[in-house]
Amino acid sequence: MGTELEIQVADLKAQLNQLKAGTRDQLSMVVFSGDMDKILAAMTIATGASAYDMKVKLFFTFWAISALRDPKKSANGKNLPEKMFGMMLPRGNAGLKLSKMHLGGMGTAIIKGIMKKHHVASLDEMFKTAGELGVEINICEMSMNLMGFRREEMIDYPQMTVCGVGTFLSDAQESKIQLFI
Amino acid sequence: MNVETLKDLTSNKIVDARGTACPGPLLAAKKAIGEIGSGEIMEIYSSDEGTKNDIPRWCNKMSHEFMGIVEEDSYSRLFLKKA
Repeated sequence: MGTELEIQVADLKAQLNQLKAGTRDQLSMVVFSGDMDKILAAMTIATGASAYDMKVKLFFTFWAISALRDPKKSANGKNLPEKMFGMMLPRGNAGLKLSKMHLGGMGTAIIKGIMKKHHVASLDEMFKTAGELGVEINICEMSMNLMGFRREEMIDYPQMTVCGVGTFLSDAQESKIQLFI
Repeated sequence: MNVETLKDLTSNKIVDARGTACPGPLLAAKKAIGEIGSGEIMEIYSSDEGTKNDIPRWCNKMSHEFMGIVEEDSYSRLFLKKA
C-alpha cells in the first residue's frame, strides 16, 4: 500500500515539474501592424508586463518594422524595389499613421497633442523605457528581406535580434500570454 | 486600513507618479519597490484614475500587501507594504 502511494506521489511530482517547466511568466507578442495606435498599445502592454516581472519578447514583422527604423540612419546597396519600399514606408515611429481618423496627417497630429496633454508617453519614450526594462525585440528576417530593410537602419536598442519564426514559436510555447497585434 | 490610520503613517518611500499616464505609475512603482526592503511601506502618488484599480491588482500578483487609498484634491495616495 505504502509503495503504491509513493509511486503516485512520484508520478504527481513529475507531472508538476513538467507543468512548471512548460510555461513561465513570459509574454510573447507578434507586432505586425505598422499603425501608430497599435504600436502604442503593444508597447504599453509590453512595458506594463515588465512591471509584473514578466519576461517580454516582441516579434516585429511586416509593417511594424517601420516603427523600428532610425530616421537618421540609412543603408547602401539596395536595389530599386527595396529603395522604393524604403521611400514609401515610414522612416521610424514619428512617421506612423493612426489606423483610423488619420485624416491626411491631421488626425494623427491631433492625437499626439492629446497624448502629450494627458501625459501619455511618446513612442520614442516607450521604446527607451522598454529597452531599460529588458524587453526583447526580435525582428522577422523574412520581412526585412521582403521590404529591403537592413539591420543597420534600425534604432539603437539594447536587446534586438534578427531572427525567424522559429524563435517566436519557441518563445510563444513557453509563454503564459501570447498576443498578436 | 482606514484613511485616518493611513494618513498618520510614515512611508519609507514616496513615489510621485503624478503627471504620467498608464503604464507610467505602474512602471514607477515597479522601479521604486526594488529600492525598499521587505515589510517597508511605499506610497504612490497618482493622478491617473486607472492606477487605483491597477496597483491593488499588481500588489496581489506580486504578493505585496495593498493597504489603501487616501484621496487628495487632484491625486490619490496609494499605500502598500512590500512582501
